[in-house]
Amino acid sequence: MDNPVILAAGILGTTGASLRRAALAGAGGVVTKSVGVVPRDGHRGPTVVQVEGGLLNAMGLPNPSYRNFQEEIDIGRGGGAPVVASIFGSGPREFVEVAEGLDADGFELNLSCPHAERYGSEIGCEACNVEEITRAVKECANVPIWVKLTPNVADVVSLGLAAQRGGADGVVAINTLRAMAIDVESGRPILGNRFGGLSGPAIKPVAIRCVYDLASALDIPVIGVGGVSNWMDAAEMIMAGAAGVQVGTALGSAEGYGIFRSITEGLSAYLDRKKMALEELVGFARRFS
Amino acid sequence: MRPKNARIVEIVPETPSVRTIRFDLALDPVPGQYVMIWVRGVDEVPMSISYRNGITVQLVGEATSAIFDLEVGDSLGIRGPLGNGFSIVGEKILLVGGGVGAAPLALLGETARERGVEVSTLLGFRCFDDVIFRNRFERIGDLVIATDDGSEGICGRASAGLSCLNIQEFDQIYLCGPEPMMADVIGRCPGMETKIQASIDRYFKCGMGICGSCCIDPTGIRVCVEGPVIRSDRLVGTEFGRYRRGPSGLKK
Repeated sequence: MDNPVILAAGILGTTGASLRRAALAGAGGVVTKSVGVVPRDGHRGPTVVQVEGGLLNAMGLPNPSYRNFQEEIDIGRGGGAPVVASIFGSGPREFVEVAEGLDADGFELNLSCPHAERYGSEIGCEACNVEEITRAVKECANVPIWVKLTPNVADVVSLGLAAQRGGADGVVAINTLRAMAIDVESGRPILGNRFGGLSGPAIKPVAIRCVYDLASALDIPVIGVGGVSNWMDAAEMIMAGAAGVQVGTALGSAEGYGIFRSITEGLSAYLDRKKMALEELVGFARRFS
Repeated sequence: MRPKNARIVEIVPETPSVRTIRFDLALDPVPGQYVMIWVRGVDEVPMSISYRNGITVQLVGEATSAIFDLEVGDSLGIRGPLGNGFSIVGEKILLVGGGVGAAPLALLGETARERGVEVSTLLGFRCFDDVIFRNRFERIGDLVIATDDGSEGICGRASAGLSCLNIQEFDQIYLCGPEPMMADVIGRCPGMETKIQASIDRYFKCGMGICGSCCIDPTGIRVCVEGPVIRSDRLVGTEFGRYRRGPSGLKK
């Protein structure tokens, strides 16, 4: 990839047009919205609520099924950046079915969505599942496999090690933190699904810690995601050990798609000022351990 | 923002399937902006704003049916106003609406009239019984009505009424209604693409430009934040008038 700033899964990745637009706006790579075996409409609304320091969402894995998604990947490739397909399933068989049904530049295994029954973190919270699913997809695909990990466990490193044993080419950390908001007027949980996942600036320190721990323990690259809103956040994530950085919630800021360019330009200016190469910045903070 | 609580202070039946609901909360929108309406326990759906403190709802599905079950004193959750509304341009404007699409145009017309702009309106409905906001439009300028069955005014779509008007004399044209009608109007006004503003209806989930469910092919315009009002030159060569996507992202 030309630059390490990547569109995160689940954000604007429903259509090829928006993937392409993100790439043209300066993303070094783009990850699609998660795609599964059958079409899903997702959870009832509200699916998103703004909370202190971030966003709470429970979209519920809406997707048109992999059978209707190749066209979107192909259109997305028109932006000139690699298109990584985020895929989900209830077990190895479904993951393999989706991976075999799509031609993408890489796959990101969603083993971490915190608000969909039978999927995501419900299976991805167990290291044995992570290893088995990673191995199954790795055996059928000839493109890089990333595994997106859930932070809603006692030990994220054990999940990262499981992905590595399964043959992953990289891990992506972190998905959203399980969270909830209640409407004080009515006493009802606001999200249609009652609970969801927290993203945005509030979770960045958690993501930094996870990336730091994972990068210390793994031999494969770690891609950092969680609350990156500007170039300083990206630099911090890279110094924690991230080889690349994904941006999601910040796309909803006033900057919109412009966020990619402002992060990459800010990072470049920083590296120039420090007279450093990007590779030297990766894991810089770990020298103080 | 979290949803704000809005108590219903007035319910006005406009037709058997259209109701205006007014709140104890001033929305103070730019005309053309929308709100996300949370019917607690049911769903959250986008609604265009028809009054500074009200919305006009057509009965179309589960969420709107639940809204129709509410009474004065009940409350809803509201996020917004959201998105980009109409911008008032020039001294003489034309509003073209179809069905419940007349709702945001009424607020736009009143706002423009207050600023001294000359307003003409062309509205299409299925039949005489479906006509809404006749008085609001007549109060601000000329009004031409068309109905599909000819039971009121011209027989045909709103766009059929364009032949009664000298289109070139308008500084700006504003559209809100069924997409085939809007596409038809744009097609009948060649060379005026930069003078037409259309309010676009797409499937919104987040209302904040991140989920991607409302993006237009092939440009990726996020209707929920860059719209819902889009200048028609940005719609040329797009999916507009041809297809849209449902909740799963499937085209329909």
